Amino acid sequence: MKKVVIIGNGMVGYKFCEKLRTVATAEQIQVVVYGEEVLPAYDRVHLCEYFTNGSADDLLMAPTSWYAENQIELITGELVTSINREEKTISTHKNNVENYDYLILATGSRPLVPPIEGVDRNGVFVYRTIEDLDNIIDYAKNATSAAVLGGGLLGLEAAKALIDLELDTHVIEFSDRLMPRQLDEAGSDLLKYSLEQLGLKIHLGINTRSIQGNGKPESFLFQDGEQLKADMLVISCGIVPRDELARECGLEVGTRGGVVVNDLMQTNDAHIFAIGEVALHNGMIYGLVAPGYEMADVVVNQLTSTPEKLFAGFDMSTKLKLIGIEVASFGNALDLEKIGTPITYKNLKQGIYKRINISKDGSQLLGGILVGDSKDYNMLMQMSQNGMALPPNAEDLILGARGGEGMDMVGSLPDDAQVCSCENVTKADIVTSVKEKGCEDLASVKGCCKAGTGCGACTPMVNDILQQTLLSLGKRVRNVICEHFDYTRQELFDLVKIKNIKSYDELLDQFGAGDGCEICKPAVASIMASIFNELIVKQDTIQDTNDRYLANIQKGGSYSVVPRIPGGEITPEKLIVIGQVAQKYGLYTKITGGQRIDLFGARLNDLPKIWGELVKAGFESGHAYGKSLRTVKSCVGSTWCRYGLHDSVSFAIEVEERYRGLRSPHKLKGGVSGCRRECAEAQSKDFGIIATEKGWNLYVCGNGGANPQHAQLLAGDIDKKTCVKYLDRFLMFYIRTAEPLNRTATWLNKLDGGLEYLYDVVVNDCLGIGDELEKEMQGVIDTYSCEWKEVVDNEHLQAKFRHFVNSEEHDPQQAFGDMRGQKLPANWA
Amino acid sequence: MENNNLIDTYPQYETVHPEDVKVWFRAAHVDDFPKNGGGCILYKGLQVAVFNFTRRNEWFATQNLCPHKKQMILSRGMIGTEGDEPKVACPYHKKTFSLQSGENLNDSLCQLATYPVKVENDTVYVGFKF
Repeated sequence: MKKVVIIGNGMVGYKFCEKLRTVATAEQIQVVVYGEEVLPAYDRVHLCEYFTNGSADDLLMAPTSWYAENQIELITGELVTSINREEKTISTHKNNVENYDYLILATGSRPLVPPIEGVDRNGVFVYRTIEDLDNIIDYAKNATSAAVLGGGLLGLEAAKALIDLELDTHVIEFSDRLMPRQLDEAGSDLLKYSLEQLGLKIHLGINTRSIQGNGKPESFLFQDGEQLKADMLVISCGIVPRDELARECGLEVGTRGGVVVNDLMQTNDAHIFAIGEVALHNGMIYGLVAPGYEMADVVVNQLTSTPEKLFAGFDMSTKLKLIGIEVASFGNALDLEKIGTPITYKNLKQGIYKRINISKDGSQLLGGILVGDSKDYNMLMQMSQNGMALPPNAEDLILGARGGEGMDMVGSLPDDAQVCSCENVTKADIVTSVKEKGCEDLASVKGCCKAGTGCGACTPMVNDILQQTLLSLGKRVRNVICEHFDYTRQELFDLVKIKNIKSYDELLDQFGAGDGCEICKPAVASIMASIFNELIVKQDTIQDTNDRYLANIQKGGSYSVVPRIPGGEITPEKLIVIGQVAQKYGLYTKITGGQRIDLFGARLNDLPKIWGELVKAGFESGHAYGKSLRTVKSCVGSTWCRYGLHDSVSFAIEVEERYRGLRSPHKLKGGVSGCRRECAEAQSKDFGIIATEKGWNLYVCGNGGANPQHAQLLAGDIDKKTCVKYLDRFLMFYIRTAEPLNRTATWLNKLDGGLEYLYDVVVNDCLGIGDELEKEMQGVIDTYSCEWKEVVDNEHLQAKFRHFVNSEEHDPQQAFGDMRGQKLPANWA
Repeated sequence: MENNNLIDTYPQYETVHPEDVKVWFRAAHVDDFPKNGGGCILYKGLQVAVFNFTRRNEWFATQNLCPHKKQMILSRGMIGTEGDEPKVACPYHKKTFSLQSGENLNDSLCQLATYPVKVENDTVYVGFKF
C-alpha cells in the first residue's frame, strides 16, 4: 500500500482526491490531505456568488462527509510548515509529523500585492478566500465607495461583487486595456463601454503611487498626480505561486516563482509532485482550474497505472460572464498580425465585439475574442483546437450564415476533440456513453462521463453530440401522441389522409390501442378537420369542450359567443344586432384584443337561439373556440390613414375569410398593417403582412402570449397573389407537421434547419410539395361552411345543446353577480 | 366587489352501491345519450352524469359536479381509458377520474360519487338510495 499526502485542499487538491478514488481504493492507496483553511475545498471560480447568497456550503466541492465516505483523512485548519525529503515526512504548525511515500504540492497561489506605499493599511483587501470576502463585506458596511486594483478577469469579478454591495466602484488598471491577457484594444474598449453603462468607473493606463488616509484608505494618488477618492481598496493584480515549502526543502523553483515540474508533474524529487497554480510547467503558471484538473489526472494516472500520461500544456481559452457581459477568448487571441489575418465585427449599440484570427493561407482558425455575445465560443474553439476546415466565407463564423450552407459542426469534429475541458471529456467519450452505456438524455450523459459538470460552457455542444449520436443509432426521440397511439401527430396525419379514415373509432381500431383519452381524441379531431373539413359536431364527443359546443366555456359553465368580424370592420346595423342579442339574453359584452365583440354568460340551452339571431343578421361563427384561425387584425390602412401605403383592411378581410374555420394544431392569428408603423402588430402574429412601397412583406411564426416571439421575414416586397400562395403553403405545412398544441413559433423553434428550411420549402419549393399544399388548402377553403348555421338549421343537432337530457331546465346551480352594470360569473369555489 | 358567495350550497353526493339501491330512476332513452359520451340527468335536485361507453359496451354514472372547482360539468367531459381503467376528464382543467370507483387519477383531490346504471328495453335507469 502506498501513502499519499496532499498539501493543499483547494479545487485542484480536491479534484486529485476525487480522481484518485475512482481508480484506487483505500486498501491500495492511503490518502491524507492538509488544508490550511478551516473549510474543506470550495469553488473559488464562483466565489462572487458568495456575495449574493452568502452561503459557503453552496460553494463546497463536497461535504466533509464525502472525505470520510471515501476513506480520505482530511485535516483542515492546519498549516504544513516543512518538508523533510530525506525522511519523507512533513511537519505542521501543531508539530504533527506525517510520513509519505508520495507528496503532492497543491498549495496554489496567493494574490500578488504590489509594493505600493500604504497597502498595509486597514481597508485594503485581497480577493481570494471566503475569509477575504467576509472581511470585505464587513468593511463595506461603513463604506460608500471602493476601488479595485487590477482590471483582469478576477479584478472585474471583484468589482461586480462590490457593485452588488452597492458601492460606488472604480477599477484601476496599470495596462491600457481591460483583461490585457485576453482582449485586444477594441475588445477592451467595448467591454469598458458596457461596464461603464452598468455604473462601473474604469481608469486605464494608471500607475498607482500611494494609498493615502488617516489609518484607513481615503484616496489614491496616481503617478501622474491625479487623485481618486475611495473608502476601500481590493487588490487583484495577479497571483504568486505558494512555493515557500518547496523552496525551503530545496526543490527547484522558477526565477519568478513556481515549482518546476516536468511533463509528469514531477519536481526534481521523484517522490514529490506539484499541481495547479503552484506548478511551473514549461515556464508557464496556469491560473485556471481546468489545467489544474488535467495535472491532477496526470499524477493519478502515474500512481495507479502504466503507461503514463503526460501533461502537454493547456489551451488557455476561457469563457465567462462578467456582470452579465459575456467575454471569451480562445486559441491565439492576441499575437495576431504576425501570424494571421484578423476579421472583426463590432457593434457598439448592441455591445458586441467579435474577432477571429485566420491563418495567412485562409485555411485555419487560430484564435479569437468574443465580447458581448459568446454563443459561438464552443464551435470556434473546437475549430481552432482541432484545425478544422473553415467555411468558404470565414466571416460567416461570426456574422451568422447569410444564405450560405450551414456547417455540420458536430459531424466534422474529430473523435479525440476535447469537448469538456474542465473534466477533459472528448467527443468519443460522449459518443461511447450514448452508444455503449445506454445514455439517452443529457442528465445521464453528464452522470456517465462528467461532461458539462464543470463550468457548463460546453453543455450545448454535449447535447448536440448526444442528439446526433442518438440519430445515428436510429433512436430519434419520437413524440408519440399518448398511450393509445404509438405515432407522432405528423404520422397520424399521413395515416388519416392516405387511408382516408374519417372516424376516430375507425382510426383507433386500425392503428391504436385501448379506448382513447382526452389527449388523442382532440388531436385526431383536429387532424380530421384539417384534412376533410367535415362538420365538427358530427363527431362531437371527441372534440375539446369548446369545439364540441362551438363556443368558449367560461367559469360557471356558461359560454361566450364571438361572431366573426373580419378585419374588425363592422356596420352600424350589425353593431345594433349584437347589442340587441346581448340585451335579450343577458350577456356581458366586451371588445376583445382582436377587434371583435365577445358576448359572455350564454347558457348552453340558449346557444342555438343566440346563433340563430346572429346568423340571420349576417354574422357567422368567429371560431373563437377552435384551434383554428381566429382573427386577422388590421389597422385602418390607406383608405383613411395619412400614412397608409396600401389597403390593409381589404387584405385582412380577404385573408381572414380565406382561412376562416381552418383547423390547426393550435390557434392561429394574423395581422395586416398598412405601413411599417405596424398598428396591427402583425409581427406578433402567426403570420403578419406589412405594406411596403413595392408590395407586401410576409412575416411568419410570431407569437404574443406567455412566450412572446417576433415573427420573422419570410418574403419581402411581394404582390398579394404571391403572398397568399406562400401563406397557403406555410399554413398547410405547419398544419401537417406540427405537434399538437404547438403554436407556429414553437414549431419553428423545433424545425430542423429553422427559418432557412421553411423558406426553402415555402418559397423555393425544395420538397416539390408546393402545389400539393396549395391544393389541400384550396380543398379546405372550398368546403367551408359556418358551423353555427349548421346547428341553427338542424333540430337534431340542436338537441345536443341541453344541460339535462331529461329536462329542459337550465343548470340551476349556475349563478351570476354583477359588476359595473353588467353580469359576471360566480367565482371559483 | 365580493362575489365569493354567489353559490354557497351544493347538493351532497354519496356513492350508491348496487346492493343499496332503493329506487331505479328511469332517466331517459339510450339515444338521449351520445355514443362514447355523457349526458346529465336531474333527480331530486341532484345532477348526475351518465356515460354511454359504447366502445366497452358499459354504462357509468357519477356526480356531475367536478370537485376541483365545483362546476356542474362532468357530463360534458371526454371519456377514455388509462390502461384498462375507464375515466372521464373534466373539460375545465382535464382532471381525470375513474368511472368505476370515482377515484381521482391525478392527485389526492376528493373523488366522485358513483351510481349504478342499468339499461332495460333501451331505457336507462340510475340507482339511488331514496
